[in-house]
Amino acid sequence: MMNIDNRNHFLNNLARNLGRSRRTKNVERPKWSLSPQWDVYKDYTQDELVDVLEEQCKAIHTNFKRTNFADLASVLTETIKGHEGEKIIASNDPRNEEYGLSEVYDTWKDEQIDVRLWDLEKGKENQVFAEQADIGITFSEITLAESGTVTLFNDENNGRTISLLPRVHVVVIPKSTIVPRMTQATKQIHEANERGEDVASCVSFISGPSNSADIEMNLIVGVHGPVEATYIVVDDK
Amino acid sequence: MSIRIGDPSFETRVQEGIENEFMLESVSSAQGRFRNRKEAASDELGNWEEWRALGEEIRSHTLENIDYYLEQLSDNVAKRGGHVYFAETAEEANAYIQNIVKKKEAKKIVKSKSMVTEEIGLNKAIEEAGAEVVETDLGEWILQLDGDVPSHIVTPALHLNRDQIKDTFTEKRGYDKSNTPEELGLFARKELRKDFLAADIGITGCNFAVAESGAVTFVTNEGNARLATSLPDTQITVMGLERIVPTWEELDVLVSLLTRAAVGQKLTSYITGITGTRLAGEVDGPEEFHLVIVDNGRSKILGTEFQSALHCIRCAACINVCPVYRHVGGHAYGSIYPGPIGAVLTPLLDGYENHKELPHASTLCAACTEACPVKIPLHEHLIRHREIMVENGIAPTGEKLAMNGFVKWSTHPAAYQLSAKLARTALKPWTKNDTIANGPGPLKDWTAQRDFPAPGRQTFRSWFKEREKGGEK
Repeated sequence: MMNIDNRNHFLNNLARNLGRSRRTKNVERPKWSLSPQWDVYKDYTQDELVDVLEEQCKAIHTNFKRTNFADLASVLTETIKGHEGEKIIASNDPRNEEYGLSEVYDTWKDEQIDVRLWDLEKGKENQVFAEQADIGITFSEITLAESGTVTLFNDENNGRTISLLPRVHVVVIPKSTIVPRMTQATKQIHEANERGEDVASCVSFISGPSNSADIEMNLIVGVHGPVEATYIVVDDK
Repeated sequence: MSIRIGDPSFETRVQEGIENEFMLESVSSAQGRFRNRKEAASDELGNWEEWRALGEEIRSHTLENIDYYLEQLSDNVAKRGGHVYFAETAEEANAYIQNIVKKKEAKKIVKSKSMVTEEIGLNKAIEEAGAEVVETDLGEWILQLDGDVPSHIVTPALHLNRDQIKDTFTEKRGYDKSNTPEELGLFARKELRKDFLAADIGITGCNFAVAESGAVTFVTNEGNARLATSLPDTQITVMGLERIVPTWEELDVLVSLLTRAAVGQKLTSYITGITGTRLAGEVDGPEEFHLVIVDNGRSKILGTEFQSALHCIRCAACINVCPVYRHVGGHAYGSIYPGPIGAVLTPLLDGYENHKELPHASTLCAACTEACPVKIPLHEHLIRHREIMVENGIAPTGEKLAMNGFVKWSTHPAAYQLSAKLARTALKPWTKNDTIANGPGPLKDWTAQRDFPAPGRQTFRSWFKEREKGGEK
């Protein structure tokens, strides 16, 4: 293939060192003898998983809020005010309509808050704005209770940098997206791949704000990515 | 830089380590914290041994079929618009990357932390190609400003304290604030943000590639790998040939083992899977993506009794429990891969000749083997290294005689039992209050720095035997 260089020589050498001929097909991934990952928070109800998530948020320096569908608008507004957000970039997600966020964003504009949706027509301008923005707002696709992780499938309407360049990352988490751990999320991705669906060019598992322990092993919260993060769990309609 | 670092003399390096009191204090406190966190995180799972067994099973299967999975990976990367280059040597990898740098007329390159690029000496090659390369991991950036080398594979600047870091920032970048980690970190964030925005190329390592879909994944906390793969138009990812999993499902297991074993986190802040180039309509991500798969001596390990050394997921758990690392620090190993895994891997990748002492830089206490999340029998590999070196007459001078004796002694139970018993009597003249402060012969170097515990009244084996019989003490 055009875009692959020096493969045959390289892989033939590996096969030779393994003392056999090259394997190019018919390698079955075995059924592993153990599966401890499926035991974690097994049989937990959705509400119990919310509790696990809330507890884990403390460990990852992330603000946790929970609201019902009707109050989401006011909780979100209170959140961005709490973070002193004046410039805000949000993913251009179909759920903006469904969850009433489009309306909320309009009310913010009336208050002179510069809120913009990721706009694929605008190219690199999105990045430039995100870099100056105080807050980036995204929806979680799959939420991992154990580790306090939101999963984003980045694409042309949901840029990678929304959750990366602004000072604060705010994530709306529909309660139904919460699963016990990474196991359930990777299974979904694996199965989609098996069905022949293309995986997103960037899958981001994000657990709270960025951090580092590189100086004397002291935790610094907020390094290259966001300095703060807030999760808002919203009960489904 | 290449795999070799520091003074060529092992003794000089060890001496420098032993005399560096701040470094030793920092290493020992870091080891303690790493260990506590790892224990807490693995205890919480309740069935850590099952996880380890599963990790080992996955790694064994993958390495047994490594040619198959690398073929699948490269096909999938190419399908998503990426270029894949299989580099058999460090020189080939560097030349390929130099060529991209020149073709892109790149001026500035941002890099996220990667051990394999340290191993092949990529930074030097890039500078030769006329571009500036900026290390963006906080620890690596500190080392780069300081002209220093890593001493730990997870926290590379572990040997430096906040005052030294502040001085480096002040001297090299005109920093004028305090020595608190927060302010130092904030300064790095501001300085490096400019580099990210100006960079032509982003270079990353790879924790695990996913064969089934062609993703390369990064396990990070700072967000620098995300920036390096979101902003520049060209991305180059460099991976050792063994850093691969069959599917996303195995990625889950190995990442869970890695983050717990490395830093005691359930997951790090960012687990990021990048597949090929950015898609039509996307703004973030590279328009050109290169995956460089590096052999550089790894294939020689396949099919040998050391194959499981390639199972390593670079968590540093073995380093964090090693009593030798604690007493000499990372630089003493003279390799970018320090600690037990470094002592196993370095001679395999770079030959025994330049690393004669490494297999001896171990007490064979087996703490490393116990700590390894994928069950690599590290101390057994070290013993085999020693045996092979003795068999081939390449043991370090002065050690040869002792080692010949050691192999016979340690491999013959009767001789071992006898000498373990004899040791107490033989060392009696030097013993005071059950410690030896001024040892004879081979013990001299050790007791010059610290006391050596006198051999116990009861040997471990006889204690264990009694314990098995119910006479627990």
